[in-house]
Amino acid sequence: MNRGADFTYEPGDGKAIIRFSGRLTLARMGDLPQRLASLGGYDHEGDAHDDEKIASVSVIDLNEVERVDTVGAWIIHRIKRDYGARIEGGKPDVVKLLNEIEKADQKVQIHPDTNNTFTEMLATAGHATRAAGASVIGMVGFFGAMMVGIGGIIRNPRRFRLNAVVQRFEVVGINALAIIGLMSFLIGIVIAQQGATQLEQFGMEVFTINLVGRSSMRELGVLMTAIMVAGRSGSAFAAQLGTMKLTEEIDAMRTIGVSPIEALVLPRVLATTIMMPLLGFYAGVMAVIGGMIFVWAGLDIPPITYLQRIREVVPMTDVMIGLIKAPVFGFIIGLTGCYQGMQVEANAEEVGLRTTSAVVQGIFMVIVLDAIFAVFFTGLGWK
Amino acid sequence: MIIPEEHDIAIRIRGLVNAFGDQVVHDGIDLDVKRGEILGVVGGSGTGKSVLMRSIIGLQKPVSGDIEVFGQDMTGGSENDAEALDIRRRWGVLFQAGALFSTLTVAENIQVPLREFYPGLDPALRDEIASYKVTLVGLPAEAGPKYPAELSGGMRKRAGLARALSLDPALLFLDEPTAGLDPIGAAAFDELILDLRDTLGLTVFLITHDLDTLHAICDRIAVLADKKIVAVGTIDELTHLDQPWIQEYFNGPRGRAAIDSAARSGQD
Ligand SMILES: Nc1ncnc2c1ncn2[C@@H]1O[C@H](COP(=O)(O)OP(=O)(O)OP(=O)(O)O)[C@@H](O)[C@H]1O
Ligand SMILES: [Mg+2]
Repeated sequence: MNRGADFTYEPGDGKAIIRFSGRLTLARMGDLPQRLASLGGYDHEGDAHDDEKIASVSVIDLNEVERVDTVGAWIIHRIKRDYGARIEGGKPDVVKLLNEIEKADQKVQIHPDTNNTFTEMLATAGHATRAAGASVIGMVGFFGAMMVGIGGIIRNPRRFRLNAVVQRFEVVGINALAIIGLMSFLIGIVIAQQGATQLEQFGMEVFTINLVGRSSMRELGVLMTAIMVAGRSGSAFAAQLGTMKLTEEIDAMRTIGVSPIEALVLPRVLATTIMMPLLGFYAGVMAVIGGMIFVWAGLDIPPITYLQRIREVVPMTDVMIGLIKAPVFGFIIGLTGCYQGMQVEANAEEVGLRTTSAVVQGIFMVIVLDAIFAVFFTGLGWK
Repeated sequence: MIIPEEHDIAIRIRGLVNAFGDQVVHDGIDLDVKRGEILGVVGGSGTGKSVLMRSIIGLQKPVSGDIEVFGQDMTGGSENDAEALDIRRRWGVLFQAGALFSTLTVAENIQVPLREFYPGLDPALRDEIASYKVTLVGLPAEAGPKYPAELSGGMRKRAGLARALSLDPALLFLDEPTAGLDPIGAAAFDELILDLRDTLGLTVFLITHDLDTLHAICDRIAVLADKKIVAVGTIDELTHLDQPWIQEYFNGPRGRAAIDSAARSGQD
């Protein structure tokens, strides 16, 4: 009992026999398929085995077979089909299984069509370009849909979902305080330290304060916060909405008459738009504090002097610039996150890809906008 | 086929208790599933049928109690020790929601267990195995290279069954396999399970709400109610029991209709 699968082959003109024995099951198959193949006929790599190829099989003897599962039955069936052989012996359930398998013999394609030719590559590039274009147009459309949603809420303020918005405030804003604070504090130290090393060479270390104060209030506070919010919240929005698309939750919402834009997108975009200026300002302050610690410890300038100097050298316009840019960045991050999430259609992998796109596109657009803002504000004379 | 002896037990559950926080789902469940039988598990929605299945296959850690599958203790030990892996290759599971891998085609889904447990298998043979399994469960050939998102609900069920059958398991767990199938498809599904049991000697743990399936293929039925298995037996035995839920289940309007249709199909 419990023998592995085995076979013997007795050649003979018109009465060649293959005798199977033991358990023809997947677990006990061992190298039987390879051995059959090496006898020829089943060599799928197309190597030449012609000299030892099985010329014919007219009888398949199953008398010695103990058990057969569908894989064993398939192997028997394959020989029967290819050589037109006759089955001899075999328990009734084996015969029954063979019949079942015979009915199921059908060529099925395993993988979807792909051909990796040069033209295919060009086509892929073309598709990607078109997709990028479609993404820009789609985003404009999405922006429009959101404006319509806002219009609807203004006309009918009772539809405004205060709870959802407040909840998003907490997730996007409050929960990010610790990490953004720590990050900005450290960046403040780094700027002060690097600045001091350079300015020391001219004996102007005191200008480190100008450097820290102006760069963090005007640029770095908001920019670093935007990157952090894109990584934390933009990605989360895309993943949440994407998964909801997959499980048809969003379709269900629509059929109930709840607009996904109102219920899901608006609260999120509103949260990033409103939280960004608060977080950005907070980040700027934390960076200034970081700088203060370094300047105190490294340059022996006491905090009180430091703060006084900050008040003198950081113009109000720097703070204004930060506060004007931040909500725009927040809006862009929220919008890309939600847009990418809503584009998910097929599978779990797409959720991942869309989440990546949300972060990458979000940060990229923020940086492009930041450059435009820089030129614009300088043009205004806010130097 | 070898007729299983009375003491030949595939799954043995003793004193199983499951809870989520304060909510006790199972309070001392005893159940034996014999080798080679099709055991139907019935019970109202939310009585814990799926949770029972999940705890047998080791996805849900019970609060207390013992579960043995083929004599192997399932409650202790890690997921990856050799014996646990060996048991895993001997069972197939069809989840209530299909749980197909969404980034793989149907045929590739079927090949996953084969690749995992038999990496040495000839790729051509693996493709052929996937092909006949697709056809065996009643899917059209075009379904092979499709992704799960491109299938209908019933087709997803069938694809899930094909994956569960991938390794020709000795033990099959089915969570509501015929829910969402058309009546003809459901009947074909029942027949397929019965055929596989008869030819391969499968043991089947079958959760279902489908009264026709219960009549057509189940050897015994276990009734889950009030956090316990309140009765196990053939339909005949159960219908004569004096338990209110069972009475309502089998002698309610739908139960009656199923009995009638089973009787009719028995005549011809
Ligand atoms: N992950 C979980 N966390 C908390 N409670 C759960 C969880 N899974 C299931 N439950 C609870 O356990 C109980 C049993 O659930 P289960 O899914 O087993 O029901 P079921 O009998 O399979 O129902 P149905 O016939 O509708 O599929 C339910 O009350 C459910 O709320
Ligand atoms: Mg269930």
